[in-house]
Amino acid sequence: MLTGFPILSTLIWLPIVGGLLVLFAGRNNPTLAKWLSLFTVGLTFILSIPLWTGFDTTTASMQFVENVPWIPMFNINYHLGVDGLSMPLVLLTTFTQVLVVVSAWDVIKERVEQYMGAFLIMGGIMVGVFVALDAILFYVFWEALLIPMFIVIGKWGGPKRVYATLKFFLYTFLGSVFMLVAFLYMYYQSGSFSILDFHVMHLGMTAQILIFLAFLAAFAVKIPMFPVHTWLPDAHVEAPTAGSVVLAAIMLKMGGYGFVRFSLPITPDASMTLDWLVIGLSLIAIVYIGVVALAQSDMKKLVAYSSISHMGFVTLGMFVVYDIMQSTGSMQGAQLGMEGAMVQMISHGFISGAMFLAIGVLYDRMHTREIAAYSGVVNKMPWFTMFAVLFAMANVGLPGTSGFVGEFMVILSSFKANIWYGTLAALTLIIGAAYTLWMIKRVFFGPVTNENVEKLQDLNKREFALMATLAVFVIGLGVFPSPLIEVLHTSVEHLLVQATTSKL
Amino acid sequence: MNFVIPSFTPAVPEMVLLALISTILIADTFWAKRFQFATYYATQISLVVVGFLIISSFATVPVITFDGSFVRDSFGDVLKLFVLAVSFGVFFFGREYLVQHKFFSGEFFVLGLFSVLGMFVMISAHNMITMYLGLEIMSLAIYAMVAMRKESAGAVEAGLKYFVLGALATGMLLYGFSMIYGATGSITFPEIADIIASGKADTVVLSFGVVFVVIGLAFKLGAVPFHMWVPDVYHGSPTAVTLFLATAPKIAAFAMLYRLLAEAMPDLLKDWQSLIIMLSVLSLIVGAFVAIVQDNLKRMLAYSGIGHMGFLLLGVIAATPDGYASAMFYVVIYAITGVAGFGVIATLSRTGKEFDLISDFKGLNARNPWLALMILMIMFSMAGVPPFIGFWAKLLVVEEIIQAGFLWLAVLAVIAAVISAFYYLKVIKAMYFDTPEDASKLEPANSRLTIGVSSIAILLLVLGLLPGTMIDVFFNSLNVVS
Repeated sequence: MLTGFPILSTLIWLPIVGGLLVLFAGRNNPTLAKWLSLFTVGLTFILSIPLWTGFDTTTASMQFVENVPWIPMFNINYHLGVDGLSMPLVLLTTFTQVLVVVSAWDVIKERVEQYMGAFLIMGGIMVGVFVALDAILFYVFWEALLIPMFIVIGKWGGPKRVYATLKFFLYTFLGSVFMLVAFLYMYYQSGSFSILDFHVMHLGMTAQILIFLAFLAAFAVKIPMFPVHTWLPDAHVEAPTAGSVVLAAIMLKMGGYGFVRFSLPITPDASMTLDWLVIGLSLIAIVYIGVVALAQSDMKKLVAYSSISHMGFVTLGMFVVYDIMQSTGSMQGAQLGMEGAMVQMISHGFISGAMFLAIGVLYDRMHTREIAAYSGVVNKMPWFTMFAVLFAMANVGLPGTSGFVGEFMVILSSFKANIWYGTLAALTLIIGAAYTLWMIKRVFFGPVTNENVEKLQDLNKREFALMATLAVFVIGLGVFPSPLIEVLHTSVEHLLVQATTSKL
Repeated sequence: MNFVIPSFTPAVPEMVLLALISTILIADTFWAKRFQFATYYATQISLVVVGFLIISSFATVPVITFDGSFVRDSFGDVLKLFVLAVSFGVFFFGREYLVQHKFFSGEFFVLGLFSVLGMFVMISAHNMITMYLGLEIMSLAIYAMVAMRKESAGAVEAGLKYFVLGALATGMLLYGFSMIYGATGSITFPEIADIIASGKADTVVLSFGVVFVVIGLAFKLGAVPFHMWVPDVYHGSPTAVTLFLATAPKIAAFAMLYRLLAEAMPDLLKDWQSLIIMLSVLSLIVGAFVAIVQDNLKRMLAYSGIGHMGFLLLGVIAATPDGYASAMFYVVIYAITGVAGFGVIATLSRTGKEFDLISDFKGLNARNPWLALMILMIMFSMAGVPPFIGFWAKLLVVEEIIQAGFLWLAVLAVIAAVISAFYYLKVIKAMYFDTPEDASKLEPANSRLTIGVSSIAILLLVLGLLPGTMIDVFFNSLNVVS
């Protein structure tokens, strides 16, 4: 690898430029648009692999750094870099982009170039969110992402798409502006917009609490946490398949990433004081939203609620560390919780992406997501059923799948913190199993009861390839999670030191 | 008493402009029949010439002339350049609109140029008389422009409304000027500032003066509660004129505000700051909520403009050189975006079809995807969503207001920004998500218009990606002054 090659910039701008090219060159030529998109995302993914292979797991400092002045007057820099927390998320993003393009291959018929272009641009922006080390740069990417997503949901979504997309945009916009005010306040205090400077600046308790709440407003909406989660089911149900995949696999992770990059290191004392709030909301999400999922009759809505519930584990794992430190005084339990949260994020990226793709496969054939419209799909689509059941099991958290690793680590650490947290979190394994398996039973098994199901065709090669790739990751991460944990380890250790060192 | 001939050099751009206008005014009567667009081209060339004059003699240190009544400084030069640029855009779109709606005439451009001259004088005013003269030159020309379309009842009504309310506002301003003069005995800004600082002025009279001046300024800016004329006049005027009166005069009005409040009365900060806070808060709220229910794009943009004035005033509330610079940046970005916003209407407007209802934009993406994309960029820039330049404008004023210690105002402002995002999204929704009533292709009357809209929209994006230089220019121009 050439030293000094701006790999992160390439990962941001290649898809954006590619997206623009697709937008203009692909007009009236859908085939060109598709191949150009595939080429771009493929190249981006390949170029992102050196991040993994060239990553130094022994240091928690930023790697692949690029730093050039952007707006010198306000000390705003184009500052990029990755550590163990963000690198896996970048790879998840570039990988998901490939899935998105392939999944839309012959499904999207209307304005293919706009669809592909929007997703490519989104891909670049999402990488930008994960690698930005300047608060304003981060905010620019964070907000810019809303624009293509707004168009994608509103244009290619289902019947209530306009309502859903407006709700999505305004909810996330409202959450983010508070974060912006917090950034500006910290700039006022520190004279810098660098996130790394924010990490070491001292802040009073009141300021910390306000900043923490501002961050919470932004990240809670994105994750989404109870009670600001209501945009997600709407957006998911109305979004096209790839939109759901991107939403669930990556956009939700931005909220979780925000907590580890901003809330915990910048406002450790406020995080400690208010950890009950986040833990409480997480447990509500895990249990209550799990129960809500049970009642859904729409498959996508069910998976959307299940996403909220699973993201509850992420926030739980992140904030339970304070209780562990208090009750056991050991960093090790905390490390387990935090790593569990990170693994859960990555794993959920694969599983939720897979679940939405599976629903997309059915929807493309039957044009309905109502569970009641299906029965006995296994008789007609045995291969598909195999994959779907695998992903469902991963969603439940079956050992041997990636879903197990993160959830198990988080539950284990919750028990260390407080037996009740652990019990409540573990409850979800039952609820999760209930709603997922019940859906599987109703959709895939039983007799074929209607003629539409009778006509179903099994997976074609493209779909098979998609499903198989995801299955490899889901199982691979499940049986052999240590490379991922190794990448995370040093950075998480560093994060925990930051999160537990008082800044008062 | 000796009469010393003052230095004319600082006022060369104004004098050249005046000479050019006079020439065009006379020539127009001769060539109007034979070369329809000669006046238009002459006008645009004049703007460019004056622009080059300003750039070539850019004022790095302030120069005062005409016995202290006229100042040339970098603050003024930057604003003048943008007045020229914005007017150039206005005339560009205006010409096509006038042709489409069949009332093309040279007067539009000549009046516009006079108005630009008035703005120049306002921007360079160094005492209250010059300020008043500039304001009148600018306003009188615009009153006539609004009512130019004699056969349209709406336009005449708008002209009358604008004239009466504008005259009222000017009256208020003059009344304020006279009180300030009464209290301080001076009309020159720095002298007023010195006398106020020395504590020799009568504070009661002075505070009344401040109130009247601020009311007059609020009228001109269209800040709540002195905004009632804005939607009616914007709506009633022909779009070509709305384009003008919604953009360039705001830059001049900001210059007036800066000269009067920051240069003449910095020590009365306590008196006028609370007034401006009220104006700003009300403008933000009214601008955010009332625009939502508008179904006419011109009215919507009028209310959104009121909201933008609320943002601009935030920078003034901060009352630091950087605060004023952020407000200055904001007003210029607002004017450029405004040209694009109203320019879109002028672009799509046809004989017999005004194209100013939001419902007219339904399904534009299917009818003209390129133009829809450009409008999308303009709307997101107005909403303040990155990576467009509108985001930086908002960011800077909010940043300055936080520096000044008004955290609550910052929070209120960003909430207002979120609410106002809704109505910009409504336009985008109409273009992208609604099905058109008439699915036929829609091309502007001529491809120049597409190029015009596209270049501004792309400019908004490019400036948004690389805003460093522009921010430097603005913030340095004010730091030299102080």
